[in-house]
Amino acid sequence: MTESVILPTRRDEAWRYSDTDAIAGIDLGRFEHWEDVDVPAGETLRRCVIIADADGPNDATELRRLRVRVGDGARCELFVVVSSGRLGRVEVVALLGDGAHLELGGVTIGGRDTTREIVSRVAHEKPNGTSNQVVRAVHWGRGTGNFLGRIDVVSGAQKTDAAQSFRGLILERGASVNAVPQLEIFADDVKCAHGATVGQLDEQARFYMAARGLPPEVARRLLVQAFVADAFVALDNENERERLMRVVLDKLDRHL
Amino acid sequence: MLTITDLHAEIDGKPILNGLSLTVRAGEVHAIMGPNGAGKSTLAYVLGGRPGYEVTQGRVAFAGQNLLDLEPHERAAAGLFLGFQYPVEIPGVSNVQFLREALNAQRRSRGEEPLSGGEFLRLAREKAALLNLDMEMLKRHVNVGFSGGEKKRAEMVQMGILDPRFAILDETDSGLDIDALRVVGDGINAIMRAPDKGVLLITHYQRLLDYVRPDYVHILSGGRIVKTGAADLAVRLEAEGYDGVMAEAAA
Ligand SMILES: Nc1ncnc2c1ncn2[C@@H]1O[C@H](COP(=O)(O)OP(=O)(O)O)[C@@H](O)[C@H]1O
Ligand SMILES: [Mg+2]
Repeated sequence: MTESVILPTRRDEAWRYSDTDAIAGIDLGRFEHWEDVDVPAGETLRRCVIIADADGPNDATELRRLRVRVGDGARCELFVVVSSGRLGRVEVVALLGDGAHLELGGVTIGGRDTTREIVSRVAHEKPNGTSNQVVRAVHWGRGTGNFLGRIDVVSGAQKTDAAQSFRGLILERGASVNAVPQLEIFADDVKCAHGATVGQLDEQARFYMAARGLPPEVARRLLVQAFVADAFVALDNENERERLMRVVLDKLDRHL
Repeated sequence: MLTITDLHAEIDGKPILNGLSLTVRAGEVHAIMGPNGAGKSTLAYVLGGRPGYEVTQGRVAFAGQNLLDLEPHERAAAGLFLGFQYPVEIPGVSNVQFLREALNAQRRSRGEEPLSGGEFLRLAREKAALLNLDMEMLKRHVNVGFSGGEKKRAEMVQMGILDPRFAILDETDSGLDIDALRVVGDGINAIMRAPDKGVLLITHYQRLLDYVRPDYVHILSGGRIVKTGAADLAVRLEAEGYDGVMAEAAA
């Protein structure tokens, strides 16, 4: 049965910027595994998915695949941090019912020679659905951060409102980030806002902070925290927000 | 306490400061005036250590140290404060968080205990009141959505909190209406008028000097000090303009 699995290559759209060598040795059962999550009509589900180092740098491949079905009028909130693995990858497929909402806040972070990525496909299959995706990538060394976000709006899914925002922050020359938005829209009365930018730390802000006495690494930490915070604004629980932020800042403190 | 000797500096290979010398002793306030493009902000940035501003010649001694050997944050910890002509906006970082981290970083580098959250807020509240700035403004992100005048008052609140030994204030008066000008002038006096402190006040206009009386007024032009006088020099500048006063200096 496992012989029938064909591992992806970089010719596959969803693996275009990935490290496909890193999946060569992976346990195929794990590779094929998808977790199915159902959010019944009218209910709300929140889920935090974290791929973080247990102790020390991790050269394994870490894969997490989630398929969520969001019922009519239901709400699903996913918050993701990918900060570990030679390849760390979270895939989300969300199928939205009538008036359903999907919130996805994600962060990829890391250096060395690693690839960290978030791959989403949000399918608006019924009218009145909304989705909001905010992904931030912070990389250094020869680290790569990828966000591949596909939005499908089927022909009957009128009044869909889907938004997607990606921003990448390159902390050292040699790191890279890639954003691939992909919009497949077959309804006419929909809103689909998306934006992607890549930049470096604001030099003016860095000097201003230094002029007030902040050492460069403290200033950088504050700026990264501010940058990443966008991904967690929709997370309405302070403890959880702090837990995710701690994973991000730990990575920065210990590995940059 | 600040001695600048024959300072030359350039930006992108273009000379901006051309042999500037100036001494400020403890307890003194010096004003620097000069036309647009004279190099006033460049002087402030060079003293603050801004990247891209290259010193090609000269020395700066500050409180017994060679200032130019220090990193920008070390200059701040040594007691230097730079009030920006255009304060920088930092989205996502609150004033309170920013200033508490900054103050505690400075204190740590001087071997002092950091302030607790409560102690810091008490200090911040006191300095905000001194500058007539609503404490709520300090909970907002650094300079984001502040009007020009609010930014300048916030700079002075920052100065009050950090309590530097020496302040370089680059056009802190621009963008202020007449009432705010008095509040800021009084704030500068309250924070910086002391026998062991010094101020370099960069300004275009004489009006701030009505509130903060300078001991000396220097005219900066073409990257050098071309004339030095007492407080009345600023009054003459206002009446006669730079051209008149500088023509006399050249003669
Ligand atoms: N970043 C820069 N790159 C190149 N030239 C600059 C830069 N900043 C300032 N200058 C030049 O340096 C000179 C002095 O500018 P500045 O110090 O801002 O003057 P002031 O503050 O007295 O108005 C001007 O000729 C200006 O054009
Ligand atoms: Mg200027």
